Amino acid sequence: MIPYEIQILVAAFLFAIGLIGLLTRRNLIFMLMSVEIMMNAGAFAFVASGARWTQADGQVMFLFVLTVAAAEVAVALALLILMHKHFKTVDTNQLNSLKN
Amino acid sequence: MNMTQPIWILPALPFVGFLVLALAGRYLPKKGIAATGIGAIALSFLYALYLGTAFLSDPAHRMEFTLWEWIRIDSFVPSLSLSIDSLTYIFILVITGVGGLIHWYSAEYMAEEEGYARFFAYMNLFVGFMLTLVMASNLLVLYLGWEGVGLCSYLLIGFFYRDPANNYAARKAFIVTRIGDTALLIGLLLLIREFGTLDIQTISNNATSVLGANTALATAVALLLLGGAVGKSAQLPLQVWLPDAMAGPSPVSALIHAATMVTAGVYLVARTHALFILSPLAMQTVAIIGALTLLIAAISALFQYDIKRVLAYSTISQIGYMFLALGVGAWSAAIFHFVIHAFFKALLFLAAGAVILALHHEQNMFKMGGLYKKLPTIFWTFLIGSLSLAALPFISGGFFSKDSIIWYALASTNGNILLWTLATVGAFITSLYTFRMIFITFFGTEKTHVHYIPGKTMTIPLIVLAILTTFGGYIELPHNIAHVQLFSEFLSASLPAVSIKSTLPPEGILQLVVAILSLAGIGLAYQLYYKTEPTYKTSPVRQFFLQGWNFDKLYDTLFVRPFVWVSKTNASDAIDEVFDYVGLQLKKLGNTLAMSINGQINWYLASMVIGFIILIVFMIW
Repeated sequence: MIPYEIQILVAAFLFAIGLIGLLTRRNLIFMLMSVEIMMNAGAFAFVASGARWTQADGQVMFLFVLTVAAAEVAVALALLILMHKHFKTVDTNQLNSLKN
Repeated sequence: MNMTQPIWILPALPFVGFLVLALAGRYLPKKGIAATGIGAIALSFLYALYLGTAFLSDPAHRMEFTLWEWIRIDSFVPSLSLSIDSLTYIFILVITGVGGLIHWYSAEYMAEEEGYARFFAYMNLFVGFMLTLVMASNLLVLYLGWEGVGLCSYLLIGFFYRDPANNYAARKAFIVTRIGDTALLIGLLLLIREFGTLDIQTISNNATSVLGANTALATAVALLLLGGAVGKSAQLPLQVWLPDAMAGPSPVSALIHAATMVTAGVYLVARTHALFILSPLAMQTVAIIGALTLLIAAISALFQYDIKRVLAYSTISQIGYMFLALGVGAWSAAIFHFVIHAFFKALLFLAAGAVILALHHEQNMFKMGGLYKKLPTIFWTFLIGSLSLAALPFISGGFFSKDSIIWYALASTNGNILLWTLATVGAFITSLYTFRMIFITFFGTEKTHVHYIPGKTMTIPLIVLAILTTFGGYIELPHNIAHVQLFSEFLSASLPAVSIKSTLPPEGILQLVVAILSLAGIGLAYQLYYKTEPTYKTSPVRQFFLQGWNFDKLYDTLFVRPFVWVSKTNASDAIDEVFDYVGLQLKKLGNTLAMSINGQINWYLASMVIGFIILIVFMIW
C-alpha cells in the first residue's frame, strides 16, 4: 500500500498544478480545466483520507465534489458560450469591461 | 377616574391623517386631500364632544390613559400617558374646533397653491402634536408635543420654500423658540433631579414639600419653565420671531401663530401653576413680562403697514394679557382670554387672508381701501373680530375676557396699580390700532382691484367664528354684573381660584374707565384714519416702531454677529487641521489602493491565493 503521506503529496501536487494553471492561463476554457484539476485534487485528498481512517465519509465527500464539479461545469460552460457570443473572445485580458 | 375611554384616539386621528396625506397625498385628487385633512380633525372634534358627555358626568373631571412605558432609566420610568382634565378639555375643543374650521377654510384658500397635500399633511401633524402637548399627563410627553409643534411651525412658516426669505423666517422662528426650549429642558432635568419623575400630578401634589415655598430652587424651576413659555408664546425678550413667522400661509398664521401653538406657553404655566405659586418672584416676572410685552407689541402694531404683521403684533400683545393674568394668579381669566382670543384672532387672520387672496396677495394695507362694499361678508366678520380685539363693551366676547384680566391685574393679591395702568393703556392702544387697520383696509378709496370673491368654503368658517366670538363671552360675565361664571367653575377642578385683595376700589368705575378708553381709541382712529385719507409716512421714530423697537438689530449686534465672528474664526483652527489632514491622507491611500483594481482576473486570483497562504501560515503558527 502506498503510504498516506505520498497520497496527500500527490493531491497537493495536483492542486498546485491546477492553481498555477489558473493563475497563468488567460484562456477561460483552460482556467476552467485548471479549476477542475484543483477540485479533483481536493476530492483525491478526501478519498485518501477516507481510506487512511477506514471511514466511508471520504468517499461520500468525493461523490459530492463530483456532483458540484459537474454542476459547475454546466453553468460555467453556458456562461462561456454566452461570453463568446457577446465579446467574441474568451481571453480574460480582454474581458475587463467591468473596469471603469 | 375613567380608565376605559381610549382617549389616545384624539391625537391619533390627525396623525393618521398626516400619514395618509404624506404617503398617498400625491395620488389623491384635491377633493380627497381636503376631505382627509378636514375629516381627521373633524372626527377628532366629534370624538372630543362625545368624550365631553362622559367627562362632564364624571365628578372628578379627569380621564387618564396610559399607552405604554416609554423608557426606563434607573428609577426614572416615564410612560406615554395621556390625561384629560377641564383645562385640557378646553384646549382640546379649541384646537380641534377652531383647527377644523381653519382646515375647512384652507381647502379653498390653498386651492391654487402647489403642495396642497403637503400643506394638509403638515397641518394635521401639527394638530396631532398640539393635542399630544395638551393631553400629556407627563412633562416628557408634553415636551415631545412641544418640540413637535415647533417642527410643524418651522415647516409651515417655510411652506413657500422657493423664496429664501421665508426659509430665513422659518429658521429664525425655530432657533429663537429653541432658546426657550433649552431653558425648559434644563427646567425638566432639574425637576427629574428633585422629584425623580415628570408626572404632572405627582409634581403638583408634592411641590411644596420637595421644593419648599419661596426657595431659590423653586424660583429657578419656575423661571426655567417660564423661559420655555416665553419662547413659544413670543413674549419679551423672545418675541422677535412671531412677526416674521407671518411668511407662512394665512391659515397657518391663524392656527399656529394665533390660536393654538403660541398659547402653549400659557398652557404650560397654567399646567405647572403649582410650581409657580411657590415662587412670588417668578409670578411677578410672569406678570411684568406680560404687561411689558402687551404694551410694546401694541405700540409696534400701531406702526405696521402689512396687515398680517399688525395681527402678529396684536397676537403678541394679547398673549401678553394672558401672561399678565397668569402672573397675578388669575388662572382661569388667562384661559378664558385664550379661548376668546383663539376665536377672534383666528377669525381676523382668516378674514385678512381672504382680503389678501381677493387682492391677489397684496398685504400692504395702504394699497387696499374701500373694500367694505366689495367684500361685505369679509368686512362684517372682520369687524366683529376687531370689536372683540378692541374689547368693545357687552357686544363682544373680548370685552368680558379682557375686562376680567385688567380687573385682576389690580384686584388680585399679586396685582398692583402699575400693572393695571399698563394693561389699561394697552387696551386703549389696542382699539386704536385695530380700528386703524379697519379704516385703512376697508374704507377710503379703493386702490387695488378685487379680482376674486371668496366662496362659501371660506366665508362659512368666518361666520361661525364670528358667532363664537360674539357669544362666547357670555359664558363668563363680570361678577358685579351677573352671576354667570360657567367657565371658571368648569376650570375650578384643575386651576385654583384667584385670591382677591380685601380693600378694593369699586369695580364698576374701573370697568367704565377701560370701556371709555377703548371707545376713545376707536374715536381717535376714526379721526386719524377715516376723516383724512391715510398715507404711509416714514420717519426714524416710525421706523423704530415698525421694526418692533429694533429688537432684531439689538440681538443682531449682541448675539448674532459675535457668534458668526467666533464661528468664522474657528472655521479653520488647529483641531480642524488635524481632521483635515487625516481625511486627506485617507483619500490619498484610497487612490493608491484603487490602482490595484486593474481588471485583470489573474491578478485578482493571485491576490486571493496570496491572502489564503498568509491566512494558512498564520493558522499553522
